[in-house]
Amino acid sequence: MTTMPNIELARAATAGAAEKAATKIVARDVNVYYGDKHALHDVSIDIPEKAVTAFIGPSGCGKSTFLRCINRMNDTIPICRVSGRIEIDGRDIYDRSLDPVQLRARVGMVFQKPNPFPKSIYENVAYGPRIHGLTSSKAELDEIVIMSLKRAGLYEEVKDRLGAPGTGLSGGQQQRLCIARAIAVNPEVILMDEPCSALDPIATAKIEGLIDELRENYTIVIVTHSMQQAARVSQRTAFFHLGRLVEEGPTEQIFTAPQDKRTQDYITGRFG
Amino acid sequence: MTDIAAPSPGARRLGLSPDEAAARLRRRHAAEARFRAYGIGAIALAGIFLVVLIGDVIIKALPAFTEYRLTMSVTPTLEQVSSDGTTDPQALRGGDYDAALRAGLQQLFPQVTTRALRRKLNNELLSSGAAMALRDAVLADPAIIGHPVTIEALLDDAADLYLKGLMTGRRQTAGQGQAQVTVDGGTVLLRSTAPDFARILAGIKEDLRGQAAANRREAARLAAAAAATSGEGQREALSRRIADFEAKASAAEARAANAEAPETLTASRPSQLVFINGGIVKLTEIGAAEARGTVLVPLANTDAAPAGRWEIVTLTQPEADRRLDDQVIAWLENLKQRGLVSSHFATRFFTSGDSREPEQAGILGALVGSALTMLVTLVLCLPIGVGAAVYLEEFAPKNRLTDLIEVNINNLAAVPSIVFGLLGLAMFLNFFGLPRSAPLVGGLVLALLVLPTIIIASRAALKSVPPSIREAALGIGASHQQAVFHHVLPLAMPGIMTGTIIGMAHALGETAPLLLIGMVAFIVDVPGSITDAATALPVQIYLWSDLPEPLFQAKTAAAILVLLGFLFIMNGLAILLRRRFERRW
Repeated sequence: MTTMPNIELARAATAGAAEKAATKIVARDVNVYYGDKHALHDVSIDIPEKAVTAFIGPSGCGKSTFLRCINRMNDTIPICRVSGRIEIDGRDIYDRSLDPVQLRARVGMVFQKPNPFPKSIYENVAYGPRIHGLTSSKAELDEIVIMSLKRAGLYEEVKDRLGAPGTGLSGGQQQRLCIARAIAVNPEVILMDEPCSALDPIATAKIEGLIDELRENYTIVIVTHSMQQAARVSQRTAFFHLGRLVEEGPTEQIFTAPQDKRTQDYITGRFG
Repeated sequence: MTDIAAPSPGARRLGLSPDEAAARLRRRHAAEARFRAYGIGAIALAGIFLVVLIGDVIIKALPAFTEYRLTMSVTPTLEQVSSDGTTDPQALRGGDYDAALRAGLQQLFPQVTTRALRRKLNNELLSSGAAMALRDAVLADPAIIGHPVTIEALLDDAADLYLKGLMTGRRQTAGQGQAQVTVDGGTVLLRSTAPDFARILAGIKEDLRGQAAANRREAARLAAAAAATSGEGQREALSRRIADFEAKASAAEARAANAEAPETLTASRPSQLVFINGGIVKLTEIGAAEARGTVLVPLANTDAAPAGRWEIVTLTQPEADRRLDDQVIAWLENLKQRGLVSSHFATRFFTSGDSREPEQAGILGALVGSALTMLVTLVLCLPIGVGAAVYLEEFAPKNRLTDLIEVNINNLAAVPSIVFGLLGLAMFLNFFGLPRSAPLVGGLVLALLVLPTIIIASRAALKSVPPSIREAALGIGASHQQAVFHHVLPLAMPGIMTGTIIGMAHALGETAPLLLIGMVAFIVDVPGSITDAATALPVQIYLWSDLPEPLFQAKTAAAILVLLGFLFIMNGLAILLRRRFERRW
């Protein structure tokens, strides 16, 4: 267990150049409260563009909560209150004039459990472009659907049955369908909330490969419980603990030379 | 990690010997078998009750689904059917079609000449609906005026009941000996070579003995009462009554003892009709070898009838206790012998409105009334109920006001329906001045009744849609409203439909609120719109069940079947919709 992260670090290191990339998301002093519970304390982080940033940490540490702040999904929880500042491309997303629905079109999300709509594969992918009016003709929509499915690496498997229900696919295929659905609206950022936790190792490997390809075009933030996964797919890693951001930095540094005692304890498996 | 396998220090080892373990197992199996038996027993009991209930209703309803018609030839003349001698439809509408029917009946029984008998023939055989049917036929084709036409005239309900065997028991015995017929003044004397009449006489004597015994018992009871009483006047009155009973008993005994003495048949005894030589004789006096009677349907001849070619029909219900007298029954029997009355499926039951005449009453008015009421209810309930449910479940802020609304909706679901009826009466009729007895008001009241059910069912259906679907839609940038209307609502639809249909089925069977807003009136016309006076199926059942005529009782059961059929269809539809649209995720 303890030596695990080193195996995959070579690949992460090759992508280390991303560190120099422009900052896409800036968070400053973000606090989240669920009613009386203070769930997230003063989180400040810079997330680079066109790179994969992984959030790791034990259950209940606030990493998913922070992820959901980035596309304002927490707004849907009535008792949830967010303070602080989150900017995407320099624009405050909690600004009054900003429409959260518009924001979510720019910041896509993939959830822990694959959640395709109980509709056809085609409809699943076409829904986003349709509600945002991204296409003017059926042909254009077809193109977007096929392109999104191709990018999600699902097209070859489902091209003969685009009319079949999305819920009839296997778990890994469903999750890739959800990714295709997210990228169909052409977002800038994709948030992934433990996207592989419900999948078997082979499906996980496919998704990880896909994430690696997607980072060429998208800024990706991924929450994961698996440290191997964080090591394999991310360029930067942030470690959350008890609602605080403990440490953040290039993945190789977090896994090889953590600054904080708690990070070290966590990645060596002493708690969590 | 590895200490799972090690026994924890505080754990006590469960020590059961093999015998104990086997006994425990047996007890557990016995308990399971017992529980299963209880379940099967409960289901079987419920099934038996259901079968008995439905079976009883079906058996009672059967007579309502058939009707007897008399095939007769009538010649409607212009003088009869036209009020002013022209074939103008207005004039034809006012014509006297009964006269044409009367003439037709007269043709069937030309021997009926006395005024009283003719009136009986005209009034007691045919339904008043027969004249209306003839009028409709003439109006449809005035060319038939003056020509003989064959019509199937509906029989009166009493005649119909007799032919269905519901008025009286009917025992038919073939004559054993040769019967001789002698016309003797106004009566006929029948003499049989076998003891055909003696058997009947013996029965009467037996009855007399029974009567005598009953009188004796009554006398003895009074005697005991007299012995106990102290009042002189009271005792005297009692002794008079005792003497009276004793005298009756003695007289009956004397008659019974003389086995050969002829007896008179009164209207309080079962009627004996003799079918002989194509005619019908009603026995009035019966002896051991011969019987005397009056002719109800004339005999073709007075030849002796050989054994087996004549028969005695006993109508077990005495003439005094039934609606049709022996004369009308004899006519009916004669018509039946001539093959002129026949049973048909009563389409009338499904195609006409209510009527005072049981044979003409139909369910269509109530059916249409119910359908219109349900339509109003559905049109109001579905959008309002689903809208309220969507708002409360998906959009409403969670505060005291919405909590209050929620509690009140749940309370409303439990309010007795009659209260809604009173509310409807006060609001819709008295305050808004809407028409009384109208499906519009019925629908409004039932909508109030059903709304809480639909809201609660719809909210439950919305709640059961997994949040992941909502998140998925929101996650790709659908607005809250889009997420609800594109994804949540369609997924909740089967549940909403089921709730709505079950609520509607509940409303369909609801009677009490409709009584209060006046949908309980006797309405003949089939309603054409939601503001016409109408009644509803359950109210029609209630109205008919209150009427004394046996045929109305049958129609009550038939209407119950129609209502049950509707409910089965609606519930079946609910199941079908759920199966069809239920999606798994």
